[in-house]
Amino acid sequence: MHDVSSLPATHAHTPPTGFIRKYVFSLDHKVIGKQYYGLALAAVFAGMVLSWLMRIHLAWPAWPIPLLGKFSAVGAPNGVMTPEYYLSLLTMHGTLMVFFVLTNAPFAAFGNYFLPIQIGAEDMAFPRFNMMSFWTTFAAFLVMMASFFVSDGPPISGWTAYAPLSAVGKDAGPGLAMGQNLWAISIAIFCIASLLGALNFIATTLDLRTKGMSLARMPFSTWAWFVTSVIALLAFAVLLPACILLILDRVAGTSFFIPAGLVLSDKLQPHSGGSPLLWQHLFWFFGHPEVYIAILPSIGIVAHILPVFARKPLLGPRALTGSMIAIGFLSYMVWGHHMFVSGMNPFSANFFSVPTLVITIPATIMTLLLIGTVYGARLRFTTPALFCLGFISVFISGGISGFYLAQPSLDTYLHATYFVVAHFHFVMAVASIFGVFAGSYFWFPKMFGRMMSDTLGKWHFWLTFLGVYCVFMPMHYLGLAGNVRRYSAFVDDYLAPLIPVHRFITIAALLTGGAQFIFFWNLAWSRFRGPIAADNPWEATSLEWSTTSPPPFDNFGGKHPVVYRGPNEYGLEESGADYAMQTSPPNNN
Amino acid sequence: MGKLFAIVVTVIALVSAAFFAMHTWWLPVDISTTGPAVDHQLTETLIGTGVLFLAGQLLLGAFAWGSSGRSSDRKTKVFPGGAAPLVVAAILVVGVEIFTLTFVGSKVWGAIYLAPAEAGSLQIDVQAEQFAFYFRYPGPDGKFGAVHPDKIDDGSGNYFGLDPANDVAARDDVVVGSLVVPVNQPVALMLHSKDVGHSFYVRELRVQQDFVPGLDIPLHFTATQTGKFEIVCTQLCGLGHYNMKAYLQVMTPGDYTQWLKAQESQ
Amino acid sequence: MNSGDQIDVKESRVPVGGEGRLPAAPVTASGVLRRPERSETGVWIGIAAISMSFAAFTSAMIVRQGASADWRHFELPRILYLNTLILIGSSVTLRMACARLAFVAGLGSEAPDAARKPFLDGIYWMYVTAALGALFVVGQVLAWRDLVAQGLFLATNPSCSFFYVFTALHGLHLLGGIGGLTYIIRKLSKTHGTAHTSGIGAVSVYWHFMDGLWVYLFLLLAMRT
Repeated sequence: MHDVSSLPATHAHTPPTGFIRKYVFSLDHKVIGKQYYGLALAAVFAGMVLSWLMRIHLAWPAWPIPLLGKFSAVGAPNGVMTPEYYLSLLTMHGTLMVFFVLTNAPFAAFGNYFLPIQIGAEDMAFPRFNMMSFWTTFAAFLVMMASFFVSDGPPISGWTAYAPLSAVGKDAGPGLAMGQNLWAISIAIFCIASLLGALNFIATTLDLRTKGMSLARMPFSTWAWFVTSVIALLAFAVLLPACILLILDRVAGTSFFIPAGLVLSDKLQPHSGGSPLLWQHLFWFFGHPEVYIAILPSIGIVAHILPVFARKPLLGPRALTGSMIAIGFLSYMVWGHHMFVSGMNPFSANFFSVPTLVITIPATIMTLLLIGTVYGARLRFTTPALFCLGFISVFISGGISGFYLAQPSLDTYLHATYFVVAHFHFVMAVASIFGVFAGSYFWFPKMFGRMMSDTLGKWHFWLTFLGVYCVFMPMHYLGLAGNVRRYSAFVDDYLAPLIPVHRFITIAALLTGGAQFIFFWNLAWSRFRGPIAADNPWEATSLEWSTTSPPPFDNFGGKHPVVYRGPNEYGLEESGADYAMQTSPPNNN
Repeated sequence: MGKLFAIVVTVIALVSAAFFAMHTWWLPVDISTTGPAVDHQLTETLIGTGVLFLAGQLLLGAFAWGSSGRSSDRKTKVFPGGAAPLVVAAILVVGVEIFTLTFVGSKVWGAIYLAPAEAGSLQIDVQAEQFAFYFRYPGPDGKFGAVHPDKIDDGSGNYFGLDPANDVAARDDVVVGSLVVPVNQPVALMLHSKDVGHSFYVRELRVQQDFVPGLDIPLHFTATQTGKFEIVCTQLCGLGHYNMKAYLQVMTPGDYTQWLKAQESQ
Repeated sequence: MNSGDQIDVKESRVPVGGEGRLPAAPVTASGVLRRPERSETGVWIGIAAISMSFAAFTSAMIVRQGASADWRHFELPRILYLNTLILIGSSVTLRMACARLAFVAGLGSEAPDAARKPFLDGIYWMYVTAALGALFVVGQVLAWRDLVAQGLFLATNPSCSFFYVFTALHGLHLLGGIGGLTYIIRKLSKTHGTAHTSGIGAVSVYWHFMDGLWVYLFLLLAMRT
């Protein structure tokens, strides 16, 4: 246990005054958390628009999209997208969503806001680093978006940026000159920001827990943020070197990833000896843990929220946290499952396949524990609760398809088809985002002191839940038919009969995207006009609900809470309340 | 609301599973000797995961149904046995599935990617480039000429960069844009790329293999049916990726010999 | 104790957790007997990340060396041996500085006269450490010039590429360490070392890590380039 009282107080003085200090360059983790959330909203909006453009083009390739033609005359002359521009949009869609949405929203945004409060601290361990983390992320975002405005457009090599396509420069095609440079620089900056952020989360969790807050008593969301930050620390530490080497290959003439004898645009490339597989190994060594960075916080958030509305404890709390740790550990052993047919030694496929399949065990345990928590519950079907239930459903769907891809013998057929697209969208774009939605509806009252509209929330839930199944379930069938991914048009013979399925998906995607505006509107309207929220409107136990809505500047009004219980005390059958807050002394109501 | 959720989840699960079971959109006919094992593995996985999928979704729905309308009740129920049966079930059921699938699957994988090509295989050199595949046969001398990247000239059809003037073995090499093979004949491909990463995918053969610039990668198969099948690129290679394809033509031995003679005489 | 569930900041100085009292606080790298500090936790976490990055570069080098036959060995510039000694020396001087400053901190504000000389000595050795660090960086730049004179540039050969990348990144991190040292010196000067100055332990750990990292890189480059 650490004596917080002997540490220099971060907020011993008065709160900052002035607009810049309060809202722009703020050291307050709550403001920084909201800034990350805002950035994630901007990125998800951009990423969603990109996906609509892509889907429209796939379904009706000859349709002109006038606004797009105005935005980029080169990319979409007369509004009809060129094949390379499709790939640019695809690259930016993946990059924005994976980095600026899924690493930002569930992890950086909610984690920044609630980790310190949930452990009873005044702020993060290093508030200045925290502020730097956000603004560095923001800088990375600006650099990334700048690639839309350079003459050649954004890169076309996908968010995975495989070498040598991403490394040789403009001879390989449009978008691969300045656009790819900006991409690599942006991601390198993002790595530094994420490393700082992860460092802060870990140090805060280890050092700043308040009296009585042992690791075992931390809420599940805190556990998730903690495990995620350990994963992130080690993963981004590998992506940064990869980006540095890529940048050097591109601008300094080195040959880390580019072998000899390549002929592009009729020119023999002046590189030699490099290994494209080296890029893949470095990238996926980061890339696989990255997807667990994307999903674990949402699992933690759902595990945190579900008991509140089920009015009973989460089933198997230690098994849940143990599973999170196991997943964190195993996530580093499986990266080769992205590379079964990549040309790496086929014998190694078995070594990657086994841990990949084994990782389904803790994932299954967590899913079953969540389902078991619903059993016999006295469920209050609020919007956050619905998103938790929805999360379980879509996590099952997404996880099951992983079972196929984990087997090399099936991956020979399913690799690079829409089956893969279905799998990762279900777990990342749907499940992880459902966790973000659950967290948003749940924590909005605490962050802004007002309730969101539950009616609008329910509409949002039902339209989204049905919509995502209509969008992504059919992609499994397309994959089984062998529909290859990252195609800007479907001209092959065998693809023609599948186009009606694509049209169905496109329509579903546009409608589901439209439904998100209900959420955006709800956020904006409730921020200013929502009914005032009490300190603990959901009757929840964790520390954030023991303080005001929103919390004061130093979270607990100059005092340090003392914790006597874990976060899981719901469904008590004593007289009075059916729950006990973490700060409530034993045998006290 | 809980009952509504239960109904929706049940309908979604059943409808989704139905489309899988009915093979509404499915793999094409399998024409390779290693294919049936892959298909069998797929079916096993489908059944195993189908059970898990339906069990998970239906249980979720059932429990949501059971918990609805009870928010004013006083008591909640703990899952019978607590967490332990679920943890044990997860480990056992998933563990057994993993074990069986891996054990069988590694043999399926090995047959395609680890077993060496059979003796007497027809050797064909494959080059992938932005945005086409080219196939090279060794010709009557049975030898491939050397490739020289600096001599590549697409305009004159010298896709591989051969040097027939100085290289005897290169003079009779046959270069075509389709992969033509006789039926029931083991074929040993050697894959290399001229520029960036590409991939070789024939759905009917149930094989896929990336081309890695700088490496020569072997891939072998034996086609069991005649016909014309598409070879498509599955590794993002640039703007023409969607359009990069060739045809695999599997002919009767007689037709093949005729075809090859016609090529060699050119 | 209040009957409520919150305590006032100033009240308790010793944590009374569910598990009982804290064990005796460990002796830190700087020799000060005190409870673990935030900045030191942060530095250890940072060291984990930096180690991971250099591990990634190491594996990239090993893979690249095996990927193609174009790896050309070259002789390491002689000055690197001197630089290594300089950096090891700087770790020694840092230990000397920390020992004196720990002594001063242990005295507290009780004996200002007894504290004066060790404090000045401590600051002196801190400056020497920073200067040696700067000297090391200069020496690295000279090593680069040596290579350039031989016609070995960044892209000339993968072996040189990795040499430049490793030395540049290490040097950059070391400059950060020099910055940390300067910051600590300034902080210490304000209180003449009597008040507890957080960060000495952190900077010291970081510096020794940079030293150790360099020794590792030096051996790696000596064996492979």
